[in-house]
Amino acid sequence: MTGTLAPATLTDAPLAIGGRTFRSRLMVGTGKYRSNADMVSAIEASGAEVVTVAVRRVDLDRTREEGVLHHLSPDQYFLLANTAGCYTADEAIRYARLAREAGFNEFVKLEVIGDRETLLPDSEGLLLAARTLVREGFQVLAYSNDDLITALRLEDAGCAAVMPLASPIGSGLGLINPFSIRTIKRRLQVPVIVDAGVGTASDACLTMEQGVDGILMNTALAEAAEPVAMARAMGLAVEAGRLAYLAGRMPRREVAVPSSPTRGMLE
Amino acid sequence: MTTLAVTVNGETRRIPGPASLLDLLAQLGLDPRTVVVEHNRVIVRRPRLGEVALADGDAVELVHFVGGG
Repeated sequence: MTGTLAPATLTDAPLAIGGRTFRSRLMVGTGKYRSNADMVSAIEASGAEVVTVAVRRVDLDRTREEGVLHHLSPDQYFLLANTAGCYTADEAIRYARLAREAGFNEFVKLEVIGDRETLLPDSEGLLLAARTLVREGFQVLAYSNDDLITALRLEDAGCAAVMPLASPIGSGLGLINPFSIRTIKRRLQVPVIVDAGVGTASDACLTMEQGVDGILMNTALAEAAEPVAMARAMGLAVEAGRLAYLAGRMPRREVAVPSSPTRGMLE
Repeated sequence: MTTLAVTVNGETRRIPGPASLLDLLAQLGLDPRTVVVEHNRVIVRRPRLGEVALADGDAVELVHFVGGG
Protein backbone atom coordinates (compact mmCIF):
# COMPACT_ATOMS: atom_id res chain seq x y z
CA MET A 1 0.00 0.00 0.00
CA THR A 2 2.99 2.34 -0.34
CA GLY A 3 2.38 5.58 -2.16
CA THR A 4 -1.32 5.76 -1.29
CA LEU A 5 -2.67 8.59 0.82
CA ALA A 6 -4.08 7.64 4.20
CA PRO A 7 -7.90 7.65 4.12
CA ALA A 8 -9.63 10.21 6.30
CA THR A 9 -10.60 7.50 8.78
CA LEU A 10 -6.93 7.02 9.69
CA THR A 11 -6.80 10.50 11.15
CA ASP A 12 -9.33 10.20 13.96
CA ALA A 13 -10.09 13.26 16.09
CA PRO A 14 -8.72 12.93 19.63
CA LEU A 15 -11.09 12.06 22.45
CA ALA A 16 -12.40 15.30 23.98
CA ILE A 17 -14.21 15.42 27.34
CA GLY A 18 -15.13 18.50 29.35
CA GLY A 19 -12.93 20.80 27.28
CA ARG A 20 -9.84 18.59 27.39
CA THR A 21 -8.44 16.26 24.77
CA PHE A 22 -6.80 12.96 25.53
CA ARG A 23 -4.25 10.99 23.55
CA SER A 24 -5.81 7.57 24.10
CA ARG A 25 -9.35 6.22 24.01
CA LEU A 26 -8.37 3.65 26.61
CA MET A 27 -8.63 4.64 30.27
CA VAL A 28 -7.35 2.33 32.98
CA GLY A 29 -7.78 1.80 36.70
CA THR A 30 -5.03 1.38 39.27
CA GLY A 31 -6.67 -1.12 41.63
CA LYS A 32 -6.06 -4.78 42.42
CA TYR A 33 -2.65 -5.21 40.78
CA ARG A 34 -0.41 -7.84 42.36
CA SER A 35 2.32 -5.24 42.73
CA ASN A 36 2.87 -1.55 42.12
CA ALA A 37 5.57 -2.42 39.59
CA ASP A 38 3.00 -4.50 37.66
CA MET A 39 0.56 -1.60 37.77
CA VAL A 40 3.03 0.97 36.48
CA SER A 41 4.32 -1.27 33.68
CA ALA A 42 0.81 -2.28 32.62
CA ILE A 43 -0.42 1.31 32.51
CA GLU A 44 2.61 2.28 30.45
CA ALA A 45 2.02 -0.61 28.05
CA SER A 46 -1.66 0.27 27.68
CA GLY A 47 -0.89 3.72 26.28
CA ALA A 48 -3.64 5.18 28.47
CA GLU A 49 -3.48 8.80 29.58
CA VAL A 50 -6.51 8.84 31.88
CA VAL A 51 -5.90 6.79 35.02
CA THR A 52 -8.51 6.33 37.73
CA VAL A 53 -7.79 6.49 41.45
CA ALA A 54 -9.91 6.10 44.59
CA VAL A 55 -10.13 8.33 47.67
CA ARG A 56 -9.47 6.54 50.97
CA ARG A 57 -8.29 7.26 54.48
CA VAL A 58 -4.54 7.58 54.96
CA ASP A 59 -3.26 4.61 56.91
CA LEU A 60 -1.93 6.25 60.05
CA ASP A 61 -0.03 3.16 61.23
CA ARG A 62 1.77 2.83 57.88
CA THR A 63 1.04 -0.88 57.90
CA ARG A 64 -0.86 -0.94 54.67
CA GLU A 65 -0.34 0.46 51.18
CA GLU A 66 0.95 3.97 50.66
CA GLY A 67 -0.74 6.37 48.28
CA VAL A 68 -0.85 5.58 44.57
CA LEU A 69 0.96 8.84 43.79
CA HIS A 70 4.15 7.31 45.17
CA HIS A 71 4.14 5.25 42.00
CA LEU A 72 2.35 7.27 39.32
CA SER A 73 3.40 10.76 38.35
CA PRO A 74 0.52 13.23 37.99
CA ASP A 75 2.62 14.97 35.32
CA GLN A 76 2.55 11.87 33.17
CA TYR A 77 -1.08 10.83 33.61
CA PHE A 78 -4.44 12.52 33.93
CA LEU A 79 -5.76 11.44 37.33
CA LEU A 80 -9.47 10.72 37.32
CA ALA A 81 -10.71 10.30 40.88
CA ASN A 82 -13.68 8.01 41.39
CA THR A 83 -16.34 7.79 44.08
CA ALA A 84 -16.17 3.99 44.17
CA GLY A 85 -17.68 2.42 47.25
CA CYS A 86 -20.30 5.16 47.68
CA TYR A 87 -23.89 4.04 48.10
CA THR A 88 -25.65 7.40 48.45
CA ALA A 89 -25.55 10.69 46.57
CA ASP A 90 -24.35 12.53 49.71
CA GLU A 91 -21.48 10.15 50.21
CA ALA A 92 -20.42 10.41 46.56
CA ILE A 93 -20.57 14.22 46.69
CA ARG A 94 -18.38 14.20 49.81
CA TYR A 95 -15.78 11.97 48.13
CA ALA A 96 -15.82 14.07 44.94
CA ARG A 97 -15.17 17.25 46.91
CA LEU A 98 -12.28 15.62 48.79
CA ALA A 99 -10.84 14.37 45.49
CA ARG A 100 -10.99 17.80 43.91
CA GLU A 101 -9.21 19.25 46.92
CA ALA A 102 -6.20 17.09 46.11
CA GLY A 103 -5.72 19.72 43.45
CA PHE A 104 -5.23 17.85 40.19
CA ASN A 105 -8.38 18.60 38.20
CA GLU A 106 -12.12 19.12 38.38
CA PHE A 107 -12.99 15.76 36.80
CA VAL A 108 -14.72 13.02 38.74
CA LYS A 109 -15.82 9.53 37.79
CA LEU A 110 -19.08 9.49 39.67
CA GLU A 111 -20.23 6.16 41.03
CA VAL A 112 -23.29 5.73 43.20
CA ILE A 113 -23.74 2.02 43.73
CA GLY A 114 -27.16 0.55 44.42
CA ASP A 115 -26.48 -3.07 45.26
CA ARG A 116 -23.59 -4.88 46.95
CA GLU A 117 -23.87 -8.10 44.99
CA THR A 118 -23.98 -6.69 41.46
CA LEU A 119 -22.42 -3.27 42.14
CA LEU A 120 -24.95 -1.90 39.66
CA PRO A 121 -25.45 1.88 39.71
CA ASP A 122 -28.30 3.53 41.61
CA SER A 123 -29.70 5.77 38.85
CA GLU A 124 -31.68 7.97 41.22
CA GLY A 125 -28.72 8.67 43.51
CA LEU A 126 -26.47 9.10 40.49
CA LEU A 127 -28.67 11.81 38.99
CA LEU A 128 -29.00 13.58 42.29
CA ALA A 129 -25.23 13.63 42.85
CA ALA A 130 -24.54 14.55 39.21
CA ARG A 131 -26.77 17.63 39.38
CA THR A 132 -25.09 18.89 42.56
CA LEU A 133 -21.56 18.26 41.34
CA VAL A 134 -22.20 19.88 37.94
CA ARG A 135 -23.50 22.94 39.79
CA GLU A 136 -20.29 23.00 41.80
CA GLY A 137 -18.23 23.11 38.62
CA PHE A 138 -17.19 19.47 38.39
CA GLN A 139 -16.72 17.71 35.07
CA VAL A 140 -18.80 14.64 35.87
CA LEU A 141 -18.21 11.31 34.13
CA ALA A 142 -21.12 9.23 35.33
CA TYR A 143 -20.83 5.45 35.69
CA SER A 144 -24.29 4.34 34.61
CA ASN A 145 -26.45 1.40 33.70
CA ASP A 146 -26.69 0.62 29.99
CA ASP A 147 -30.07 2.33 30.00
CA LEU A 148 -30.86 5.03 27.45
CA ILE A 149 -33.22 7.02 29.64
CA THR A 150 -30.73 7.24 32.51
CA ALA A 151 -28.02 8.21 30.02
CA LEU A 152 -30.20 10.96 28.54
CA ARG A 153 -31.00 12.31 31.99
CA LEU A 154 -27.34 12.33 32.96
CA GLU A 155 -26.60 14.28 29.80
CA ASP A 156 -29.41 16.72 30.64
CA ALA A 157 -27.94 17.08 34.13
CA GLY A 158 -24.80 18.44 32.50
CA CYS A 159 -22.47 15.43 32.75
CA ALA A 160 -19.32 15.74 30.63
CA ALA A 161 -19.51 12.07 29.67
CA VAL A 162 -21.73 9.09 30.35
CA MET A 163 -20.11 5.76 31.19
CA PRO A 164 -22.52 2.87 30.66
CA LEU A 165 -21.32 -0.54 31.76
CA ALA A 166 -20.48 -3.38 29.38
CA SER A 167 -21.29 -5.77 32.26
CA PRO A 168 -20.89 -5.63 36.06
CA ILE A 169 -17.67 -4.28 37.61
CA GLY A 170 -14.96 -6.91 37.80
CA SER A 171 -17.12 -9.55 36.08
CA GLY A 172 -15.15 -9.87 32.85
CA LEU A 173 -18.36 -10.89 31.09
CA GLY A 174 -17.72 -8.56 28.18
CA LEU A 175 -20.27 -6.53 26.24
CA ILE A 176 -23.64 -7.97 27.23
CA ASN A 177 -25.89 -5.59 25.34
CA PRO A 178 -24.34 -4.08 22.21
CA PHE A 179 -27.77 -2.78 21.15
CA SER A 180 -28.13 -0.67 24.32
CA ILE A 181 -24.63 0.72 23.98
CA ARG A 182 -25.16 1.61 20.30
CA THR A 183 -28.47 3.27 21.12
CA ILE A 184 -26.93 5.34 23.92
CA LYS A 185 -24.07 6.38 21.65
CA ARG A 186 -26.45 7.31 18.83
CA ARG A 187 -28.69 9.43 21.07
CA LEU A 188 -26.15 11.29 23.22
CA GLN A 189 -24.15 14.34 22.26
CA VAL A 190 -21.60 13.98 25.08
CA PRO A 191 -18.91 11.30 24.86
CA VAL A 192 -19.88 7.75 25.79
CA ILE A 193 -17.14 5.80 27.56
CA VAL A 194 -17.97 2.17 28.28
CA ASP A 195 -16.87 1.36 31.81
CA ALA A 196 -16.62 -2.03 33.50
CA GLY A 197 -17.03 -5.62 32.44
CA VAL A 198 -14.50 -5.90 29.64
CA GLY A 199 -12.56 -9.16 30.11
CA THR A 200 -10.22 -9.55 27.19
CA ALA A 201 -9.08 -7.86 23.99
CA SER A 202 -11.95 -9.10 21.82
CA ASP A 203 -14.42 -7.55 24.32
CA ALA A 204 -12.63 -4.21 24.01
CA CYS A 205 -12.53 -4.39 20.22
CA LEU A 206 -16.20 -5.35 19.95
CA THR A 207 -17.13 -2.52 22.32
CA MET A 208 -15.22 0.07 20.30
CA GLU A 209 -16.80 -1.26 17.10
CA GLN A 210 -20.15 -0.06 18.46
CA GLY A 211 -18.88 3.49 17.92
CA VAL A 212 -18.38 4.53 21.53
CA ASP A 213 -15.74 7.14 22.33
CA GLY A 214 -13.63 5.09 24.69
CA ILE A 215 -13.37 2.35 27.30
CA LEU A 216 -12.34 2.32 30.95
CA MET A 217 -11.10 -0.95 32.42
CA ASN A 218 -9.22 -2.16 35.46
CA THR A 219 -9.70 -5.82 36.44
CA ALA A 220 -9.07 -7.12 32.92
CA LEU A 221 -5.51 -5.85 33.22
CA ALA A 222 -4.91 -6.32 36.95
CA GLU A 223 -6.14 -9.93 37.00
CA ALA A 224 -4.59 -11.07 33.72
CA ALA A 225 -1.83 -13.64 34.20
CA GLU A 226 0.45 -11.14 32.42
CA PRO A 227 -0.93 -7.65 33.00
CA VAL A 228 1.64 -5.91 30.80
CA ALA A 229 0.90 -8.14 27.81
CA MET A 230 -2.85 -7.77 28.34
CA ALA A 231 -2.45 -4.00 28.60
CA ARG A 232 -0.70 -3.91 25.24
CA ALA A 233 -3.40 -6.18 23.77
CA MET A 234 -6.11 -3.87 25.10
CA GLY A 235 -4.40 -0.80 23.67
CA LEU A 236 -4.27 -2.46 20.26
CA ALA A 237 -7.84 -3.75 20.55
CA VAL A 238 -9.21 -0.31 21.37
CA GLU A 239 -7.40 1.14 18.37
CA ALA A 240 -8.47 -1.74 16.13
CA GLY A 241 -12.09 -1.47 17.20
CA ARG A 242 -12.13 2.27 16.72
CA LEU A 243 -10.61 1.98 13.26
CA ALA A 244 -13.01 -0.79 12.26
CA TYR A 245 -15.91 1.38 13.38
CA LEU A 246 -14.64 4.35 11.37
CA ALA A 247 -13.93 2.09 8.39
CA GLY A 248 -17.57 0.95 8.31
CA ARG A 249 -18.06 -2.76 8.36
CA MET A 250 -19.58 -4.79 5.50
CA PRO A 251 -23.24 -5.70 5.79
CA ARG A 252 -24.21 -8.98 7.43
CA ARG A 253 -25.83 -11.42 4.99
CA GLU A 254 -27.41 -14.76 5.65
CA VAL A 255 -26.19 -16.14 2.31
CA ALA A 256 -22.70 -16.62 0.94
CA VAL A 257 -21.33 -14.32 -1.76
CA PRO A 258 -18.27 -15.69 -3.55
CA SER A 259 -15.07 -13.69 -3.26
CA SER A 260 -13.54 -15.13 -6.46
CA PRO A 261 -14.95 -14.60 -9.99
CA THR A 262 -17.71 -17.02 -10.95
CA ARG A 263 -16.85 -16.48 -14.61
CA GLY A 264 -13.74 -17.90 -16.27
CA MET A 265 -14.08 -21.32 -14.70
CA LEU A 266 -12.70 -24.27 -16.72
CA GLU A 267 -15.25 -26.24 -18.74
CA MET B 1 -0.48 22.25 78.31
CA THR B 2 -3.68 20.33 77.95
CA THR B 3 -4.60 17.29 75.92
CA LEU B 4 -7.34 17.05 73.33
CA ALA B 5 -9.33 13.95 72.37
CA VAL B 6 -9.60 14.07 68.61
CA THR B 7 -11.04 11.39 66.34
CA VAL B 8 -8.69 10.94 63.40
CA ASN B 9 -9.81 8.58 60.62
CA GLY B 10 -12.26 6.97 63.00
CA GLU B 11 -9.82 6.44 65.89
CA THR B 12 -9.74 8.59 69.00
CA ARG B 13 -6.30 9.98 69.81
CA ARG B 14 -5.08 12.18 72.62
CA ILE B 15 -2.89 14.96 71.38
CA PRO B 16 -1.18 17.81 73.24
CA GLY B 17 -3.03 21.11 72.88
CA PRO B 18 -3.38 23.74 71.76
CA ALA B 19 -2.87 22.32 68.29
CA SER B 20 -3.78 23.29 64.74
CA LEU B 21 -4.54 20.86 61.93
CA LEU B 22 -1.02 21.47 60.66
CA ASP B 23 0.35 20.49 64.08
CA LEU B 24 -1.71 17.30 63.96
CA LEU B 25 -0.27 16.39 60.56
CA ALA B 26 3.24 17.05 61.86
CA GLN B 27 2.62 14.81 64.88
CA LEU B 28 1.42 12.06 62.57
CA GLY B 29 4.41 12.52 60.28
CA LEU B 30 2.27 13.43 57.29
CA ASP B 31 3.28 15.85 54.54
CA PRO B 32 0.37 18.30 54.10
CA ARG B 33 0.93 18.22 50.33
CA THR B 34 0.02 14.53 50.19
CA VAL B 35 -3.26 14.55 52.13
CA VAL B 36 -6.64 16.23 52.00
CA VAL B 37 -8.01 17.26 55.38
CA GLU B 38 -11.64 17.26 56.43
CA HIS B 39 -12.34 18.87 59.83
CA ASN B 40 -15.79 18.22 61.32
CA ARG B 41 -17.05 17.42 57.78
CA VAL B 42 -15.62 20.64 56.31
CA ILE B 43 -12.67 20.52 53.92
CA VAL B 44 -9.80 22.71 55.05
CA ARG B 45 -7.50 23.91 52.30
CA ARG B 46 -3.74 23.56 52.71
CA PRO B 47 -2.94 27.24 53.28
CA ARG B 48 -5.41 27.33 56.19
CA LEU B 49 -4.26 24.19 58.00
CA GLY B 50 -2.12 26.22 60.40
CA GLU B 51 -4.99 28.56 61.22
CA VAL B 52 -7.61 26.02 62.24
CA ALA B 53 -7.32 25.07 65.91
CA LEU B 54 -8.43 21.64 67.11
CA ALA B 55 -10.98 21.38 69.89
CA ASP B 56 -11.78 18.48 72.18
CA GLY B 57 -14.14 16.06 70.41
CA ASP B 58 -13.31 17.17 66.87
CA ALA B 59 -13.41 14.67 64.02
CA VAL B 60 -10.71 14.80 61.38
CA GLU B 61 -10.50 12.76 58.19
CA LEU B 62 -7.19 12.50 56.35
CA VAL B 63 -7.52 11.05 52.86
CA HIS B 64 -5.38 10.48 49.80
CA PHE B 65 -5.52 8.65 46.47
CA VAL B 66 -5.14 4.89 46.39
CA GLY B 67 -5.43 2.36 43.57
CA GLY B 68 -8.96 2.07 42.22
CA GLY B 69 -10.98 1.50 39.08
